[in-house]
Order: sequence, then structure tokens, then C-alpha cells
Amino acid sequence: MVFFQWMNDQLFKMTWLYDLVEWLVEGVFGLSMSSRIGESVHFFIYDTVKIFILLTAVIFFISYIQSYFPPERTKRLLGNVKGFLGYVIGALLGTLTPFCSCSSIPIFIGFTSSGLPVGVTFSFLISSPMVDLASFIMLMSFFGLKFSVIYVVVGLILAVVGGYIIDRLDLGRDVVRYETASDKPLDELTLKDRIDFSIQQVKEIFQRVWLYVLGGVFIGALIHNWIPESLITSILGEDNPFAVVIATVIGMPIYADIFGTLPIAEALIAKGVSVGTILSFMMSVVALSLPSLIMLSKVVKGKLMVAFVFIMFVGIILIGYLFNFLNV
Amino acid sequence: MNIKILGPGCKNCKKLMENTEEAVRDLNVEATIEKVEDYGEIARLGVLKTPGLVIDGDVVSEGKVIAAKSIKKLIVDKR
Repeated sequence: MVFFQWMNDQLFKMTWLYDLVEWLVEGVFGLSMSSRIGESVHFFIYDTVKIFILLTAVIFFISYIQSYFPPERTKRLLGNVKGFLGYVIGALLGTLTPFCSCSSIPIFIGFTSSGLPVGVTFSFLISSPMVDLASFIMLMSFFGLKFSVIYVVVGLILAVVGGYIIDRLDLGRDVVRYETASDKPLDELTLKDRIDFSIQQVKEIFQRVWLYVLGGVFIGALIHNWIPESLITSILGEDNPFAVVIATVIGMPIYADIFGTLPIAEALIAKGVSVGTILSFMMSVVALSLPSLIMLSKVVKGKLMVAFVFIMFVGIILIGYLFNFLNV
Repeated sequence: MNIKILGPGCKNCKKLMENTEEAVRDLNVEATIEKVEDYGEIARLGVLKTPGLVIDGDVVSEGKVIAAKSIKKLIVDKR
């Protein structure tokens, strides 16, 4: 148990890095850790380095697993399950797929055009950017096992329920249909192919998210040390009954990966914002952002689009209130 | 030779475009390079993961940004 705790502290929470940056800030920069500047600089360096280390390790590992689940296989797997289980499998397979939302639209078209139920495709589409193994490990590192399990489970439930409701609404005609080519046989990948693929993924994702991460850490540092706590608590604190709604609305125009939201969430937790409010904020950023909605609107029209946004919006808010109410 | 780059115009597609242009330049082949951003067209070609690379009607790569070196090899194989 002691060993496990030590592993957890060093490997996931990276206490060694915390101490190292502390030494850097105090010893090299000559800033006191109890000053605002010193604390901000520490937060900025520590969080940035920590996120980048985790990101590299986690993406490599996840990409390796992902290489076993190309979309063609996912499509076939989903075609074989019937009924409610389809939504569950759809949501679960969404956890193993590409992180970039620009690739989720072609996948969406491929799935619906091959005759998969629209709702099952939506379960997949909702879970894909929001819940994945990478976010699970990152969340665990920042907020501990309990929070990350909650996040993943609630995210999956939202994906399953969202997909189910969308099928009940019977709005399949609002999906833009395309003809698609028949499936190509899958390439057999060697171990080297998979490793190359994983390295490539790390590079790509790194290039894509580094700016968001820096932005997130910057905002996190501002919240942490410069924005008065009273202001944050008055807007997002427990005493404001609309905190969850506000957090969801603030999150919508922001388009970032979970990696960029981590430092912001971390700073908010430190300021005493409740877990439910933070969950809503994070989910709104990753799963309900305007840029990805605009992309989605190219293939999903009319009432279905409205229904999707409504379900996500209400779902995310409900999750927030539920967790604040349960006081997890 | 006709080469198509498939993708909705994200960063990866642009990078693949650059790599392809480099490959064509280095090999000194006669080729038209087209950008396909329309989802319908991408779907028709059966590509689920962008960016995709199509040479003379065949999908030769999808879901990754391949280096100019690899593209050269694909072009040479096609000739």
C-alpha cells in the first residue's frame, strides 16, 4: 500500500517534478514560493511540463491500442450488435478512437451510410471526443482515481442515453446521406507499423494541442493567483444556483482538448468550485463546442441538429447539478 | 498522373499536401494534385480517416500524414 501510494505520487501526480520546479523557482529565479509571482511561475512551469510528459506517454500507449481498432473494424463490430447494447458498445468504442474531431465527421458519414442506426453513431460520436483512455489517465493524475472514474462513467452514460433518445425521436431523415465505397480489406499491421503509427500520433497531437495547453495553463495560473477568489465563488461557487449553467455556457465557445481544460479545472478546484460545476465545464468544452457543432452541421441538419445540441446541453447541466447535489 | 488529397482542410491535410508537392517536385513527374474537401466525395472514395491520399483513383493511404519519402515510393510503385 505504501509502495502503491509512492508510485502514484511519483508517476501520476509527479511530486518529483513539483519539487524540482520549486527548486528552480526559488533557487534559480530567486522568487519566493509564497509570493504571487513565484506561485504563478511555479504553476505555469509545473503544469506545462507535467501535461506534456503525460500527453506523450499516454498518447503513445493509447495509439498503440487504437491501431487495433480502425474505424472499419469499429463499424463492423457495431453492425453486429442489436438493440440497446449497440449504444453501449458504440459509446465504449468511442473511447478508443481518434482524438481529432475533424476526423470524426468522415467516420460519422461512413457509419450512417453503411446502415448503422443514427443513435448508435451518435453514442459513438458523443463519447469519442469526451471520454477516452487518455482523458482517464490525465484526470487521474490531476484529480485522483475517484474523479476520473466519475467523469468516464458519467460521460459514457450521457453518450448511451443521448444516442438512445436520438433514435427514439426518429429523425434519421435529417442525416445527410452519401454513397460510400465498399470496405477495403484491412491491412495487416506489424509491430513496427503499430509503433510507427503511435509515434506519428504523438507528434501530430502534440503539434495540434500544445498551444491550447499553454493557453489553458495560462488561464489556470490567472485563476490560481490573480483573479480574486470572491469573484470566482460568486459566479461559480456553491451559493450561486446557476453556477452549473454558467459553467456550461462559458465552456461552449471554447474549443480545446481535455488537455487544455485540465489546468483550468485544477485551478477552479483549488478555489473551491464544486466538482459538478467543473464536470459541466469540462464536458461542455470538449463535447459541445461551437467549432465542432459547425463541422457537424454539414452532415446533420434541422431538427436532429437541434435535438443533439439540446440533449447535450441539458445532459451536461443535469450531470453538473447531480454531482453538486450528491456532493461528491 | 492524378493525385488527390482528401480532408476537410485541417492542419494534417495541409501538411500532407505539402509533402505530396515535395514528392512530385523531387521525382519530376507530371501530376495534377487536387484537394478534395467535400465530405460526399471523401465518403464516395471510402475513406473514413482523413487525411487520405489517392493516386490515380486508388486510395493509397488514410488516416495519417505520410512523409514525402513514403509518397515518392507510392508514386514510383504506381508508375
